[in-house]
Amino acid sequence: MLGLILLIITRDLRLSVRHGSATGMVIGFFVMVVIMFPFAIGPEQKILARISVGVIWVAALLSCLLSLDRMFQTDYEDGSLDQFILSPVPLELVVMAKCMAHWLTTSLPLIAITPILGIMMNLPKEGFLPLILTMLLGTPALSFIGGIGASVTVTLRRGGILLSLLILPLYIPVLIFGTLAVKAAIGGYPAMDHLMLLSGFSLFSAAIAPWAAAAAIRAGLE
Amino acid sequence: MVFRDLYFELPAGRALLLNGANGSGKSSLLKIISGLLSAQGGNIISHNKDISQNILDDKDWISRNICYLAHKNGLKLEMTVAENLKFWANMEHHANMGHLEEDIRTEAIKIGLEHCLDLPVYYLSSGQARRAALMRVLCHPGRIWLLDEPTVGLDKSGVKLLSGLMNDHLARGGSILAATHIQLGIDADKTTMLNMSDFAFSTATSPEYGPPKYNPKKSLLC
Repeated sequence: MLGLILLIITRDLRLSVRHGSATGMVIGFFVMVVIMFPFAIGPEQKILARISVGVIWVAALLSCLLSLDRMFQTDYEDGSLDQFILSPVPLELVVMAKCMAHWLTTSLPLIAITPILGIMMNLPKEGFLPLILTMLLGTPALSFIGGIGASVTVTLRRGGILLSLLILPLYIPVLIFGTLAVKAAIGGYPAMDHLMLLSGFSLFSAAIAPWAAAAAIRAGLE
Repeated sequence: MVFRDLYFELPAGRALLLNGANGSGKSSLLKIISGLLSAQGGNIISHNKDISQNILDDKDWISRNICYLAHKNGLKLEMTVAENLKFWANMEHHANMGHLEEDIRTEAIKIGLEHCLDLPVYYLSSGQARRAALMRVLCHPGRIWLLDEPTVGLDKSGVKLLSGLMNDHLARGGSILAATHIQLGIDADKTTMLNMSDFAFSTATSPEYGPPKYNPKKSLLC
């Protein structure tokens, strides 16, 4: 079981490395969106510090969204998805592995570059560690919920916009608890509750996404 | 509805070739048997057991005994031929891991791809890619081959090669169900032809699925 998950993750990582541009573009988009804000709002440090957490989180959500539509689309286009369905491996397992691979190729690079953006946005220094921590805990939910959206829109030619409309509202809890936790930590309040809710949301989405997404794929291909 | 009143038997060691006009349901029939599509009615019976009920047990039986080659090749362009084949062999976990590399090499020599094994599929011509897809069928342990236009893109020698391989498979007691427009070169005494156009469900005669009846006069008035 674990071997199969690793097998699919390795395959997707290999594809992502060989394809190259996708991860790079997501990181580029993330950086660009965050850079836009100082230009639009002005360089006043207090304001930037206040909006920094929210801006970085929103930019992360949008960047994640950008890469979602390719999650199952490429496999659908070249016929691999049919073969996944026909193979003895449960489709739920395939979906779970693909969501994990998506997290590794999209969210992890975003988290890695976040400290630099934090400096740029004048994020208070007590906020760095909590921000990284909340992103580590919260971004798995983005990939798993995104997986449901990607599977619903897999057979649509231009599913990207519909996907955004479907998925962004579901990202709101992650955004709320992610930013609240960091703000609490910066203000010196306990952030544990927010972190626990955030991890709970990630675990919940990891538990339902494989079944929901596999059902959506089967229904979509009929 | 595409076709109706269709009945056939496929004993071991025999081939059934489907032909018929475009849209007569050749691919749909293959997809129904493989379990990718569900029929509105009817049964598929193997060894006195109905396998068309779409329960988990059936899926297991299908993935072990049926090998389906779709119109699309199901190969990842970014991965080499060997990597693609190894991945699917592992997914279909029938691979005898110790011999996998050797097996792939033997099959590659049979099908004339031994010099392309370590090339990404991206660099192959469409005929070579089709041969690589056929290699996956050869590596599959299933006794029943469902081939959807297996000769697409193949040159003359490729078609001849495929005839030889299919005859070998029949001689081993396997069965083949293929949708095709050309002569596949399988021994005539082992072949049954089925013209799907004979079973076509004409949309004109169907009250349910026929074109919407509308009165030109009335629509003018509206």
